[in-house]
Amino acid sequence: MLENHAKLMQFFSSTEEIVGRKKLQKMIYILKKCEVPFEERYQFHFYGPYSEELTLRIEEMCNLGFISEEREEKKNYYQYRYQITENGREFLKHYDMDLPPLHDHIREMNGRSSRFLELVSTMLFFEDLPREEITEKVYAVKSTQNYTEEDIQDGWNFIEKLRGIH
Amino acid sequence: MDYRDEKLSEEKVFKDPVHRYVHVRDRVIWDLIGTSEFQRLRRIKQLGTSYLTFHGAEHSRFNHSLGVYEIVRRIIENFKDRPNWDDEERLLCLCAALLHDLGHGPFSHSFEKVFKLDHEDYTQKILLGDTEVNKILNQVEEGFPKKVADVINKTYTNKLVVSLISSQIDADRMDYLQRDAYFTGVSYGHFDMERILRVMRPMEDQVVVKESGMHAVEDYIMSRYQMYWQVYFHPVTRSAEVILSKILHRAKELYESGYTFKLKPTHFFSFFTGKPTLKEYLALDEAVTLYYFQTWMEEEDPVLSDLCDRFVNRRLFKYIEFNPNSQMNQWMELYKLFSKAGLNPDYYLVVDSSSDLPYDFYRPGEEEERLPIHLLQPSQELRELSRLSDIVEAISGKKRTDHKLYIPLDRLEEMSNRSKTKKRIMEILYG
Repeated sequence: MLENHAKLMQFFSSTEEIVGRKKLQKMIYILKKCEVPFEERYQFHFYGPYSEELTLRIEEMCNLGFISEEREEKKNYYQYRYQITENGREFLKHYDMDLPPLHDHIREMNGRSSRFLELVSTMLFFEDLPREEITEKVYAVKSTQNYTEEDIQDGWNFIEKLRGIH
Repeated sequence: MDYRDEKLSEEKVFKDPVHRYVHVRDRVIWDLIGTSEFQRLRRIKQLGTSYLTFHGAEHSRFNHSLGVYEIVRRIIENFKDRPNWDDEERLLCLCAALLHDLGHGPFSHSFEKVFKLDHEDYTQKILLGDTEVNKILNQVEEGFPKKVADVINKTYTNKLVVSLISSQIDADRMDYLQRDAYFTGVSYGHFDMERILRVMRPMEDQVVVKESGMHAVEDYIMSRYQMYWQVYFHPVTRSAEVILSKILHRAKELYESGYTFKLKPTHFFSFFTGKPTLKEYLALDEAVTLYYFQTWMEEEDPVLSDLCDRFVNRRLFKYIEFNPNSQMNQWMELYKLFSKAGLNPDYYLVVDSSSDLPYDFYRPGEEEERLPIHLLQPSQELRELSRLSDIVEAISGKKRTDHKLYIPLDRLEEMSNRSKTKKRIMEILYG
């Protein structure tokens, strides 16, 4: 029961907090691409890979009291902060999860901007293409983000670093 | 004349209960409709198992695909000569609209979950592989199949084109909401689409709606909200979906354990063992699937035959509300009690959650989380819908999740009233 929810809670229990829904979306996608067996389905959206399933599961976990969500008013938008609750930790005790340790991955990703994680997740979305084509594709679908060649190289280095953690 | 510009000598029309008529003038569109891959969509129901709840819901993905095509055709008519619109993209939009659901399989939601497949991958394979559809698209121009695939995959460079087919207010949703309302017979789901189409405006990378059309959009959002609870998330439909998933799990489990089926499930072999090839995938439609379910009713395995009988003869599981937080211990006790009662809890004790469904509400979301619906103000500024609409803001903040526990109540009732196990199960379930 709720194994996929439990996997996500394991993710939240591996960090103090996650700030921002966009960041959360991209982090789970990047972890999936690092062979962490999350099952949320992603599609490409305006701002890169996005999972409606993940959004709903997070909402369910908030409504069940497993995760706390705080809304903060920013200049022109809201931002959300997520933390696992005591109830969530209790629930997690019922599961014997077969997930790799996530602390290091999360720390690396938490240290980068959501704009950068959008770039990395977009590169990973096209990873079956040859590298030059991935670069072209990033420029084509992300023209408004004005990513530079250095950004893309930084993205590759970051992917390599994450995949090298285990 | 180039194939892409060829017109039929007379316009063809399909009578349609939602849009009255679907108009086809382009030779390419007419040829695509005639392909075996597109005709196959007649044998895939749009609403999967909902027909077991709403007996009218027998409409197919074929009907819906024509509907989406027709809506996009009308939008493009309105966009002609407007700034930001490039009429060179017209045929691409029409093809993508028509073909956007091409990869759906039988009861696709459950199939995809159980066999870990993605219909979008198969849409891409049909568009780009050795298929009738691909041959037609290739005649338009070299690389055209890839363009159509990119639009459907939402990775096409021109995001305005993508947003016609896939966004928070797109032709896909506008068709299925109205069509599903019509065929289920519910009174929600209606909104003034003509008005929305009139106030849609093409911007550089998205479709927006003039602020004066806000009330029509509110109606659309309300319809989406109502349809979710009343139709898509109906607890009886979820019961059928639960049983369907369990049938597929059981058949796979039996196959893996070397069980000898009375009738070899030849069409399922590739689904059981890994990713089916395109040919294998296309060969399994709902008619074939239901044939197997009917024959599996006679199988020796009591779980498989019982589940198939339940699905075919609509003896569905009953449900109770369930809170995984406060009722975790009860669930664990029930799991043991069901085993004791001879009911395999992996098949007969099922928690189903709202996130198990492929439908969504409108959420304004966070900045750059997902593109929201934008209203175009007279000053040419864009504002997110819920910032201007109290109605949308009100329903965006509602609790929209739930969990239900599904059980075969008939089997429990058949147990002797003296059974302590039965007594305890009933106590936990019904107090």
